[in-house]
Amino acid sequence: MTTLQTTRPVIAPPSLPRATVTVVWRNLIHIRRMPEMLLDVTVQSVMFVLLFAYVFGGSIEVPGTNYKEFLLPGIMVQTMVFSSAIVAMGLTNDLQKGIVDRLKSLPISRASVLTGRSISSLIHSSIGVAVMGATGLLIGWRIRNGFVDGVLAFLLLLLFGFAMIWLGIWVGSLMRTVEAVQGFMFTVMFPLTFVANTFAPTEKMPSWLRFIAEWNPVSALTQACRELWGNGLPAPADAAWPLQHPVLVAVTWSIVLTAVFAPLALSAFRRRSRD
Amino acid sequence: MNQVRMSGAAVEAIDLVKRFGDNTAVDGVSFVVPEGTVLGLLGPNGAGKTTTVRMLTTLSVPTSGTGRVAGHDIIQEPDAVRRSMGLTGQAATVDELLTGRENLRLIGRLSGLSRGYIRETSESLLERFDLTAAADRMAKTYSGGMRRRLDLAVSLIAAPPVLFLDEPTTGLDPRSRTELWEVLRGLVRDGTTLLLTTQYLEEADHLADDIVVIDKGRVIAAGTPTHLKDQAGAASVVLTLTHAADLGRAVELIRSCSPELHVEEASRRITAQADGLADMTRIGNLVESSGIPVDDLGLKRPSLDDVFLHLTGHRAESTDDATDTAEPETAGVSA
Ligand SMILES: Nc1ncnc2c1ncn2[C@@H]1O[C@H](COP(=O)(O)OP(=O)(O)OP(=O)(O)O)[C@@H](O)[C@H]1O
Ligand SMILES: [Mg+2]
Repeated sequence: MTTLQTTRPVIAPPSLPRATVTVVWRNLIHIRRMPEMLLDVTVQSVMFVLLFAYVFGGSIEVPGTNYKEFLLPGIMVQTMVFSSAIVAMGLTNDLQKGIVDRLKSLPISRASVLTGRSISSLIHSSIGVAVMGATGLLIGWRIRNGFVDGVLAFLLLLLFGFAMIWLGIWVGSLMRTVEAVQGFMFTVMFPLTFVANTFAPTEKMPSWLRFIAEWNPVSALTQACRELWGNGLPAPADAAWPLQHPVLVAVTWSIVLTAVFAPLALSAFRRRSRD
Repeated sequence: MNQVRMSGAAVEAIDLVKRFGDNTAVDGVSFVVPEGTVLGLLGPNGAGKTTTVRMLTTLSVPTSGTGRVAGHDIIQEPDAVRRSMGLTGQAATVDELLTGRENLRLIGRLSGLSRGYIRETSESLLERFDLTAAADRMAKTYSGGMRRRLDLAVSLIAAPPVLFLDEPTTGLDPRSRTELWEVLRGLVRDGTTLLLTTQYLEEADHLADDIVVIDKGRVIAAGTPTHLKDQAGAASVVLTLTHAADLGRAVELIRSCSPELHVEEASRRITAQADGLADMTRIGNLVESSGIPVDDLGLKRPSLDDVFLHLTGHRAESTDDATDTAEPETAGVSA
């Protein structure tokens, strides 16, 4: 038998990026081994696309385009927002299982547990967006403003998704059970994604609701994607200011939200790590 | 059994206190674990064992007090502490969706080991813990005992000089328990310092050089197993006769020097209270010189169970856990 104890191996504690890469590797194995995790962003999203497109599609009038083109950007944004719920549940699950305890006992920066998760979640969401894009193409959605703007819209989606993921990490670090996280996140996510221009134009909403909807960051992002992909007209002249400058507003929201949620998440995680 | 290297303390707890709200889980615990020895931290449910281990392993920050692991302060130098120790927590901390081999790789990489080293060491650890055949299966398909072994193997990947084990054998069947004890003895022989918590008095007795008994967050006794047993009071002489027919005569003889005794006819055994070896010899001689054939004569010290009862006024409530907690998860939840 090897005498493990007498000769200690060389130990070079990994830097934050290297530890992050390892955590990402581990989380990606999880996605692969637990295909039901992918269902949330694939089958479910496809189902949403089809339901909305064919059930409501006929009766919702949208200016300047057909409903399917109008819908696709909205539903992609919704998926990005819901990714925060998935990441929160995953993190709480890890915390409950004790694997985070194990990671905390290692000579790594504890932030790598979170940075690793933010990146693997982003990959997870990207898979969802890709699947939805493909479904969209099949039912007639098109990118009409050329390659650069097309890619820009996808990057914008990911940027906003990143902010939402940090929201999820924050919530996941604060809450004790997966059920609590699920309950909380869905209570927040549904109004956030529905009181917006995602599934129907805001023009016909009661004025107070329209006000909320148009200042909702989700609306700015959706409008930005629609304009970059050429899916419909620019916002009407009487729409709120954010919808007049959707790309700028979406980028700003993404940065501001990340700058707020990431430190909150790290400190919540640290605080939780104390006992 | 200890090695020569007794140079210093591998683990020190210095007046550790941990409060959760107004519940004081650990209330001024101090002890020292010399290098190369085994300390058994013994206590009933909720005594504060896990909390103590979590503080020493930097998972939890003490409310006050501190500690040292391999010479490094747990508050000032947590990273140095993490580099010097391995931990197997009370709840199994293996990643269920990863295979055994992947679990080793994950922790190996995050411990800062080279790929080549991880690969080689993984193989030898898998073999040592009898997991080679299951190495490429997801850990969620493992039995409770296999998970426990994998958990321990993972803790050993960086060959830490100090190892913390929180109730390592809870939920294992007796055979796996004995096997694990064997592995742990091997580690100690190779020079590892071990701090293990247990509710099993028998386990502390088997493995530990020193025992610290805690109850309600306080150290209520400390010493070698023998020392603790002596504290619990009188030993007794156990005499087994060859023929049951001689029992009456023997009892008469023994009563003259030790009036408190107890007879079990079926096993032809007489148990008499005694102060120590001198009493045992006296009783032995008395019986033998009267020509009564004796099968066996011995001194029985109180078990740690008795010690516990003596110290706390209540029994350690746990000895049947071994058989009915098959689920590692439930074993990890404290009330
Ligand atoms: N995170 C926590 N928050 C609040 N109270 C806690 C926490 N962890 C432990 N406690 C409390 O601290 C006390 C000691 O718990 P601890 O887990 O250290 O006991 P233990 O000796 O390990 O028990 P067991 O044998 O059941 O594992 C208990 O009263 C427990 O409820
Ligand atoms: Mg415990």
